[in-house]
Amino acid sequence: MIAEAGHYALVLALALALIQSFVPVIGARLRDPALMNVARSTALAQLLFVGASFIALVTLHVISDFSVANVYENSHSMKPLIYKITGVWGNHEGSMLLWVSILALFGGLVAAFGNNLPLSLRAHVLAVQAWIASAFYLFILITSNPFLRIVNPPIEGRDLNPVLQDIGLAVHPPMLYLGYVGFSISFSFAIAALIEGRIDAAWARWVRPWTLVAWIFLTLGIAMGSYWAYYELGWGGWWFWDPVENASLMPWLAGTALLHSALVMEKRDALKVWTILLSILTFSLSLLGTFLVRSGVITSVHAFANDPTRGVFILLILCLFIGGSLSLFAARAPSLKQGGLFAPISREGALVLNNLLLTVACAVVLFGTLYPLAMEVLFDFKMSVGAPFYNLSFVPLFALLLIAVPFGPMLAWKRGDLLGVTQRLLAAGVAGLVVVAIVWAWTRGGSALAPLAIGLGVFVVAGAATDLAERTGLFRLPFVTALHRARGLPRSTWGGALAHAGLGIALIGVVCETTWNSEYIATMKPNDVAQVAGYDLKLDGLLERQGPNYREMVAQFSVSRGRDALSVMTPSKRSFTTRGSSTTEAALLTRGASQLYISLGDVTADGAIAVRIYHKPMVLLIWWGPVLMAFGGILSLSDRRLRVGAPKPARAKQRLQPAE
Amino acid sequence: MRRMMAAIVALVLLAAPAVHAVQPDEIMSDPAKEARARELSRELRCMVCQNQSIDDSDAPLARDLRLLVRERIAAGDSNSQVVDFLVARYGEFVLLKPRFERQTMLLWLLAPLLLAGGGVALWWQNRRRARSGAAGAASPLTPDEEARLAALMSDDATSR
Repeated sequence: MIAEAGHYALVLALALALIQSFVPVIGARLRDPALMNVARSTALAQLLFVGASFIALVTLHVISDFSVANVYENSHSMKPLIYKITGVWGNHEGSMLLWVSILALFGGLVAAFGNNLPLSLRAHVLAVQAWIASAFYLFILITSNPFLRIVNPPIEGRDLNPVLQDIGLAVHPPMLYLGYVGFSISFSFAIAALIEGRIDAAWARWVRPWTLVAWIFLTLGIAMGSYWAYYELGWGGWWFWDPVENASLMPWLAGTALLHSALVMEKRDALKVWTILLSILTFSLSLLGTFLVRSGVITSVHAFANDPTRGVFILLILCLFIGGSLSLFAARAPSLKQGGLFAPISREGALVLNNLLLTVACAVVLFGTLYPLAMEVLFDFKMSVGAPFYNLSFVPLFALLLIAVPFGPMLAWKRGDLLGVTQRLLAAGVAGLVVVAIVWAWTRGGSALAPLAIGLGVFVVAGAATDLAERTGLFRLPFVTALHRARGLPRSTWGGALAHAGLGIALIGVVCETTWNSEYIATMKPNDVAQVAGYDLKLDGLLERQGPNYREMVAQFSVSRGRDALSVMTPSKRSFTTRGSSTTEAALLTRGASQLYISLGDVTADGAIAVRIYHKPMVLLIWWGPVLMAFGGILSLSDRRLRVGAPKPARAKQRLQPAE
Repeated sequence: MRRMMAAIVALVLLAAPAVHAVQPDEIMSDPAKEARARELSRELRCMVCQNQSIDDSDAPLARDLRLLVRERIAAGDSNSQVVDFLVARYGEFVLLKPRFERQTMLLWLLAPLLLAGGGVALWWQNRRRARSGAAGAASPLTPDEEARLAALMSDDATSR
């Protein structure tokens, strides 16, 4: 009954989306407010029905109704409650339902809070949202229905892949989807602007916060996924340039570019056409990511060819939306008015450079991901593109970008003074160089690249600090005045500086981890001591334990440094009986920003166990950086200017009424 | 396979056996040679895996390849000889860093080309805009615009 209700709710949502696709557009043509307002009610109703459908699937998973195929294949009655819930989106069908739920959520938010938008713009935006939604509802209902029943219900489910039974899974996919799908808003706004043939102030004011929201979630989602891979997969890697990772990185790169070009558009009314194009590209890359992941085309071209229904359907959606939106862009963009002149050396110019570097970086990732596929399909030439390629092509681009980052916010709008900014950044540059010298002397030779990269990271952080110091007049004015001015600084300025500093911090973490990571691989018997990076790790012993739906073997290590006993680490290996598979639960010991990392291998015949111990210096900075970036984004989002939007005359009048 | 999980957890359901990549018994006694082997392993693909180097992978094939690499190094091969040997055996597919060849030229040249192309396009657009901007600022209103302006102004005046 619940399954059928969920299925039916989804069909109703499709019907609503179809109405929302056409009626508001017709209304806008006829200038009929009633028809245009249909979009608002249907968007809200859609949210209601998709929400109901999603809750139905969650309920089915929680009550372990194994007569539903999706629950049978991905759940188990003994699974802890939290993983019963998160397992909903730990599979293809459920994750697509989450995708459309989030799409409906964003549509609903525009409908609910878009009262200050021009009526026809809102109608068009919601109609475009409904086009996307209809396509994906159809995709789910036709090829990936999560509510299908099994004729003879089994007693027990097949359990969720153990690797996915982790708190990381609870948070990572929803975050990522909030990011991916969040970019649909700027896409819809872009298409609406193209249909209407004009971009006004309301457009820019709306697009930036929505892009920012999506970007914050995507940043956190990617960082979370990376940390989760790091501790769960058991060999300490945190980024692999895997196609699936690239699928999330590409929208992030394009989205970051969009965020910056939207800034120019909002402040200076320039780069309009480019901002529209980036909005289209960013969401297109989100769709491409969905296609790459969902169709299985990455795993192998042949797997895709063998079961092409899903892949071909998404490919069709992809072609329709990307092709359609780009054609519309080509047709309409020339007629959009360009505004805001600026000199090449100016804040706008710096943001253009940012956009150039980010889009090229994005293109490199796109090419690296698709090139082997294209070569295999077109020329039957099998090749691989892996981490070494990206290290050589992507990293230099980002290095260039990072050198430019401190300059951007300090240049003036319209016409900047590069020499003056360089002088003001001198202290930051010197700080960077001093760090290069110290690190180089300390590591005594070795690669010169690592100290340089760390110096660059320091330069970026110090540059962000310099920007804030300049604006508050710190060191120039009395401290109290500076403090006062710091409070008066727009929050978006703080947000921008923090986000830029986050980049530098992440860079320092990446360089330290990759350059000075120490590793110890050996078989150990109880009472053996491993020495890694000045720490002594003694294997106390092994023991077996029973968990809710697994058995685990735990090794206990006593960690000490010199004579101080520090802590006990307990890495384990879990065997999941239902799927007959196992996971490695690495043990982590955090010391400052550095971590000790132990993961277990197999037990040998004579009772020894294979272990891998790593010392990862400054590794946590890799994730503190993105967290700081996201925090900067949140600060910027809370800026009064963005929250207030257009004034509301009605309320202002009420406030003026005299008290009784 | 495990890498795929790394990226988007929710999406793929493959059982991932969790053992380690480089096993203790594989390690060469000479640390310099072992370091070379590790370096090479990171650039070689485990062909049955999802975009994973043989250094990371725990598949039996990856282990065989790791042992093969060490065998060749022990036999006195240089790094490029080892790579050539593996490419001769398994094809270009085994290289995670594609060689610069006819088929891969576009891939390698993409970033410099795009960067240069983007730079030229921006320069050109800036020049064009600077010209039209300078011209636009000087050009007086057309008679049409004059008329519209007058109409607007008078409209404004009457409504007050």
